[in-house]
Amino acid sequence: MRLLDQESSAQQVQLPSPVTVTEDAQRAARHTLRRQIAGLERQLAEAFVTAYTMGGLEHPPAYSAQPRLLDLGELEQVRDALAERLRGARLRIAERADEQAASRLHLERMLLEPGKYRFARVSREDLGEPGCGAWHVRPRLGLIGMLMGWWQVKLSSGCPLPRGRGLPRP
Amino acid sequence: MTEDVDLAAAAGFVEPRVSAEFPGLRLVWISVPSRRHASPRAVVNRLRALSNRYRGASVVAMRTQPIPSAYRTFFRQIGLDPDVTRIPSEHAAVIRLLHGQFRSSNLIDDALLIGLIETGVPIWALDADRVDPGGLGIRTSVSGDHLGSTEFGDHLVPGRLVVADAASVHALLFDEVAPGHGASASTERIVLFAVGVDGVPAIHIEEALWVCVEALGAA
Repeated sequence: MRLLDQESSAQQVQLPSPVTVTEDAQRAARHTLRRQIAGLERQLAEAFVTAYTMGGLEHPPAYSAQPRLLDLGELEQVRDALAERLRGARLRIAERADEQAASRLHLERMLLEPGKYRFARVSREDLGEPGCGAWHVRPRLGLIGMLMGWWQVKLSSGCPLPRGRGLPRP
Repeated sequence: MTEDVDLAAAAGFVEPRVSAEFPGLRLVWISVPSRRHASPRAVVNRLRALSNRYRGASVVAMRTQPIPSAYRTFFRQIGLDPDVTRIPSEHAAVIRLLHGQFRSSNLIDDALLIGLIETGVPIWALDADRVDPGGLGIRTSVSGDHLGSTEFGDHLVPGRLVVADAASVHALLFDEVAPGHGASASTERIVLFAVGVDGVPAIHIEEALWVCVEALGAA
């Protein structure tokens, strides 16, 4: 009986309505998703810069969109799509890095034993370096070198001139 | 012309529902006298000098810089893909790379471009006669809204983020202004507005407007 009395005399505490709680929770969830999107965008931007010298990343398909407030589901879709693109970008970078490492190893072997890699060619692009040069295993003195087994690695002189070699001198 | 300019930019309204979702979103606007005519040599030279700031490598790395990164992030958060719908500063950079330089078009557009290049903050210009004296702001579109002040403008889907005043919708956020609302040959006064997002310091937004006004020769 005493307990019941206490209960009835206790002050009434107003609890937040379920609607308010849901709205606040949803807003907090949207805020969290936007933060995740911001983080993923930064990482994707860095991946884009890294991948640029490796041939770049795939361009997303074009679509028409207008600016709007995204709901929870749409924000989740954006986040998941970004996460997927970031995963793809990192995979591409890793694959390309492996290819470049393999090309570098190949070049070192070519330089050590050119005779074993006749006419092999490794370009600067294969190594992830800027420019148009290429290392090419060629016979010294042409046909004689081929017959004698005199092989060497030659580095080409770089990018062709934009206007060619120009007109021959009179 | 100088005495007409009040360089105190006004803060535009942001609909409470939008502000609650994006506390960093803001619009700042200013009204200045200006006419649309060919740029003076000084402005053309300035554009040419600014062209030299851009190289391929710097444009690629642009998205990692704080201001472009903030706009890119905001684009994603409002349903735009910045790799499809480029943010204004990246769009300008790509145009610069394609054309080999920033091309001068008219004084107002050149001033907007200079403000954008110098600060990374996009600015738009409206014919002041089209803007309600109450000022501009950002809100979501509602049923019956259409772009521009005539009823022949494109109808807007409700819920779109728009730049508007009490009388009309001037543009979708980060899009071109409605036909007939931009500066024309008969314009004598323009309203410049810049949009800032979370991560863009307020001083950058005011700086953008100031640089633009200065280029217009009104400062």
